[in-house]
Amino acid sequence: MPPTTEIVEHKIETSADGSLRAYLRSIGAIVWKDLAAEFRSRELIGAMLVFAALVILIFNFALELDIRTRETVTSGVLWVTFAFAGTLGLNRSMAIEKDRGCLDGLLLAPVDRSAIYFGKAIGNLFFMLIVEAIILPMYSVLYNVNLFQPGLILVILLGSIGYTAVGTLLASMAVQARTRDMLLPILLFPVLIPLLLAAVKASNGFLQGFEMAEIMPWINVMIAYDVIFIAVAFMVFDFVVEE
Amino acid sequence: MERIPKALIVLTWLTSAVFVVALYLVLFWAPQEAIMGDVQRVFYFHVAAGWVGGLAFLVTAIVGGIYLARGEQRWDRIAVASVEIGVVFTFINIVTGSIWARPIWNTWWTWDPRLVTATIMLLIYIAYIMLRQGIEDPDRRARFGAVYGIVGFISVPLTFLSIRIFRTIHPIVVGGSDPTALGAFNMTADMRVAFFFSLFTFTLIYVTLLWHRLRLQHLAEKIEERKLTALSA
Repeated sequence: MPPTTEIVEHKIETSADGSLRAYLRSIGAIVWKDLAAEFRSRELIGAMLVFAALVILIFNFALELDIRTRETVTSGVLWVTFAFAGTLGLNRSMAIEKDRGCLDGLLLAPVDRSAIYFGKAIGNLFFMLIVEAIILPMYSVLYNVNLFQPGLILVILLGSIGYTAVGTLLASMAVQARTRDMLLPILLFPVLIPLLLAAVKASNGFLQGFEMAEIMPWINVMIAYDVIFIAVAFMVFDFVVEE
Repeated sequence: MERIPKALIVLTWLTSAVFVVALYLVLFWAPQEAIMGDVQRVFYFHVAAGWVGGLAFLVTAIVGGIYLARGEQRWDRIAVASVEIGVVFTFINIVTGSIWARPIWNTWWTWDPRLVTATIMLLIYIAYIMLRQGIEDPDRRARFGAVYGIVGFISVPLTFLSIRIFRTIHPIVVGGSDPTALGAFNMTADMRVAFFFSLFTFTLIYVTLLWHRLRLQHLAEKIEERKLTALSA
């Protein structure tokens, strides 16, 4: 089979280049492409933001967020909002690639497939962090709570990393299915539950001023989750985009 | 028409016979538990069904890995057959647990870590089946199935360990007991026999069903092939 040997040769070539830098550069190029496209169209972040604001609004009426309830449910409301807005972004970011044949173009590029995964994942992470960076002050002002605590920011960062690591992998499968818009949340949420659970518990711990000893186990769960899923995605992404 | 292989017929009858023996052991032979009474007998098949669920999903993850490495369709057939059986048995596990919980915990359902993790596991593998239904190309379907089978497998050890990590009211009968659990008990020797025999029986049922399911899949593919040749002729 000639194509296989070609790929093998190519891999040897790039590793002989001593090319961690080349690898990082191709990841950077993909991230940059996503950010530049988003900067020009502004459709993805805009939609995620409006959707996130709507989710918070709905929670406001559904839970009657008065002062006492707010203390206990804030972390839950925040994470549900991020998770829902995140799915919207993930679906869109992969659908763009699929619909206009961009994914095929990316696959033709002479880079390792995992670089495409990391590029897309980091791009998605950026979008998610931007949305979170706008939602947090908004929520703080609307409900008069201070969400800018270093601990909470760390939890949000860890949670977003895990979310986009799994989300990018599953979204690139979901967009190739017939039932794609329906499929992503169904595939993603059950796998995410351990992460979301830990994130909600840890955020709640920081917001209510628990001791670190109580919060640390949850942070460890999140770190373990992030490491496991980045590693798994790194290993299997090739098979997801293969034609 | 292909005949059912002799070995499969023998295995099916053997499994049925073993199942009858297991029923006898569980319902009559094992002693009545002192505090909970007869409802404790649910335990034997409840754990066995849970075991088959976990085993089936483990098999799916392993053959998924083999499929990705080798790309042979037969591994994928085992993966999908195993998931279908696993989903049914996990459901049996949850339902029997509910039946036991009604008199012992005084509720059909409670948001206990064990119950939640088991439900998540069930949902993941239902999602697995839905993912496969959404893809027409058989190669891609097999690849995505293998990937999701591996990613989703994290829920299985989580479910198994949940009663050992978190504070929970679900009893741990095998390997250590927690005084806070409601409905915990220690097995007598006779109970242990019934318990391990149930595990064995359910494993045998799993193997038998898997074989039947693989054969069914094989026949379905044959029919598909014949249909194509008939249409093209």
